[in-house]
Amino acid sequence: MFMRGLKRKCFDGEEDIEETLAGIKAIPSYNLQRQSLLDMSLVKLQLCHMLVEPNLCRSVLIANTVRQIQEEMTQDGTWQMINMQNTGQASVDRLVSTDILCRSSREQAEGKHVPGYSTFSKDFEGDQAQDSSETMSTASSVQALRNLQSNVWEMENSQENKGNFQKSLDQIFETLENKSPNSVEDLFSEVDNSYYDLDTMLTGMMSNTKMGHCDGLEPFPSPTTTTSSSNCKSDLNELDHIVEILVES
Amino acid sequence: MEEDVETRKINSSFLRDHSYATEADIISTVEFNHTGELLATGDKGGRVVIFQREQESKNQPHRRGEYNVYSTFQSHEPEFDYLKSLEIEEKINKIRWLPQQNAAYFLLSTNDKTVKLWKVSERDKRPEGYNLKDEDGRLRDPSMITSLRVPVLRPMDLMVEATPRRVFANAHTYHINSISVNSDYETYMSADDLRINLWNFEITNQSFNIVDIKPANMEELTEVITAAEFHPHHCNTFVYSSSKGTIRLCDMRTSALCDRHAKFFEEPEDPSNRSFFSEIISSISDVKFSHSGRYIMTRDYLTVKVWDLNMENRPIETYQVHDYLRSKLCSLYENDCIFDKFECVWNGSDSVIMTGSYNNFFRMFDRNTKRDVTLEASRENSKPRAVLKPRKVCVGGKRRKDEISVDSLDFSKKILHTAWHPSENIIAVAATNNLYIFQDKVN
Repeated sequence: MFMRGLKRKCFDGEEDIEETLAGIKAIPSYNLQRQSLLDMSLVKLQLCHMLVEPNLCRSVLIANTVRQIQEEMTQDGTWQMINMQNTGQASVDRLVSTDILCRSSREQAEGKHVPGYSTFSKDFEGDQAQDSSETMSTASSVQALRNLQSNVWEMENSQENKGNFQKSLDQIFETLENKSPNSVEDLFSEVDNSYYDLDTMLTGMMSNTKMGHCDGLEPFPSPTTTTSSSNCKSDLNELDHIVEILVES
Repeated sequence: MEEDVETRKINSSFLRDHSYATEADIISTVEFNHTGELLATGDKGGRVVIFQREQESKNQPHRRGEYNVYSTFQSHEPEFDYLKSLEIEEKINKIRWLPQQNAAYFLLSTNDKTVKLWKVSERDKRPEGYNLKDEDGRLRDPSMITSLRVPVLRPMDLMVEATPRRVFANAHTYHINSISVNSDYETYMSADDLRINLWNFEITNQSFNIVDIKPANMEELTEVITAAEFHPHHCNTFVYSSSKGTIRLCDMRTSALCDRHAKFFEEPEDPSNRSFFSEIISSISDVKFSHSGRYIMTRDYLTVKVWDLNMENRPIETYQVHDYLRSKLCSLYENDCIFDKFECVWNGSDSVIMTGSYNNFFRMFDRNTKRDVTLEASRENSKPRAVLKPRKVCVGGKRRKDEISVDSLDFSKKILHTAWHPSENIIAVAATNNLYIFQDKVN
């Protein structure tokens, strides 16, 4: 049903983890593909242009996609299960380790040394699904999303409507725990991370084809990359803008 | 069909490097007027450039009426909405011509929030021989005037003036995506993401809201209006398309607020093709009535569809524009290309339809012969006045010579806006900041 070839690049042993999760589709890494799409969509909703009014059609289409994924995950039971795991072990450390996980494998591929990698691997071995930690970081980005999406969605809103909207977003995305202030930085690194992916992909700097969200993606030829990287650069400026907003709040 | 002439838009001519393009020069709309004599383009910088077809001369029969710049003016300026702390872009979203009723030309141009009616008129005579002032305009000393004369009109160099005659503002909370002149020539409509307003050309401080799909609770919003157009002959009928791939036909006689459609066009979904991107690629980016008024054409991300107004449950024809992108939807979602809004056009006789694609390709489909062709608008790959060579995208493993593989396509070179002359085989194709005009080859 879903796109073939959408792979998460981060780690080995992904196949084993997939099989241990009950009630999930037999296609390997389908869940991760779906998760990746969900993350991507949330990032897109967050990073709408803040200077000019965002494109409502695009926002609606992305939000519908997010809802679709969430509905399917609820039906699958994946959402419930992950939620239970969330409440079980909510800690900022886990977020950090996810982040290191994603960075380190890429940097590993590039031959960089990452401090703290040894501590990370202990965390990782000790725990189960990569899935759940990724969903947790998704949850935290959903948190940031809540703060920003009311701007994206309804420009003429009263304070009351904003509250209502946030409540229903809660219903859509499930109530998630409040993260500690440290998580702000983690939110930022989560967002930053995804954009690093985009940037890497679009500028064709990948060291192996498994990097990037889409397996079928080839490096774009150079005329495109200059445009894309300038898009990325303007998006990074927006990132700064959003950081300002987050920091101020 | 073979193509012939190429004309380049005159912009940034002082820059020697032709590949340099400022964002303001990106063409955002192209439209022929009702006779085809004029061609208007709008760009991201809020400017309108009008080209005029030169008279055919017997001396040079091979130059069958080329288009030259006729008038350039700044239609919209960037604005700032202080209430929302947001910029309002000056980009021209659409231009629509009014039919000519006197010597002057009238067109509507719109950005995200404001529609303007422009009058474009020529001045080729000026009065000379005033009594109270001399030729430079300085006042003459009345005591020096000894005789009276009647001013006469003398020819002067042609001057084309554009003046804004009406400004229709403050009626849209959301971004205007379409304008359409009614066949009564007295009214027109403007459509944004959630509402459609009906205007009278003479009245700028009021408009009627005829469609409103904004939900009471904005969190329930799942569908937006993407395009709207009046029927070419029936002034009470119009259609609008949505982001869910549906088209609604409304009759303004039934009620003041046309929230209930008279007809609802939707193709049932193919369950085998379902994916998370199904809804996004079904979103209709353009809807156009045929000149006859019997059919409508819609463009979604991968296809162009022709619908018979009398059959609501499915289109009568579906044409694949670039089906090889179906396996790349994830990447195209990531780089936002999946949200590109391509337009589509009919030729004058409604026998051929045309739409754009990536890599500066555009496609034409002959409805009668069922043949289609892919052509490229590019200076590098075709010389001026040369017949355009058909292009082919190869999907499989073996790439023939002259074919382009899907992975080599340049997704930053997209042809979103095209126009077809109302009666002749002349087309205008906007490729980022360049305008190409192609004609049928003369034998």
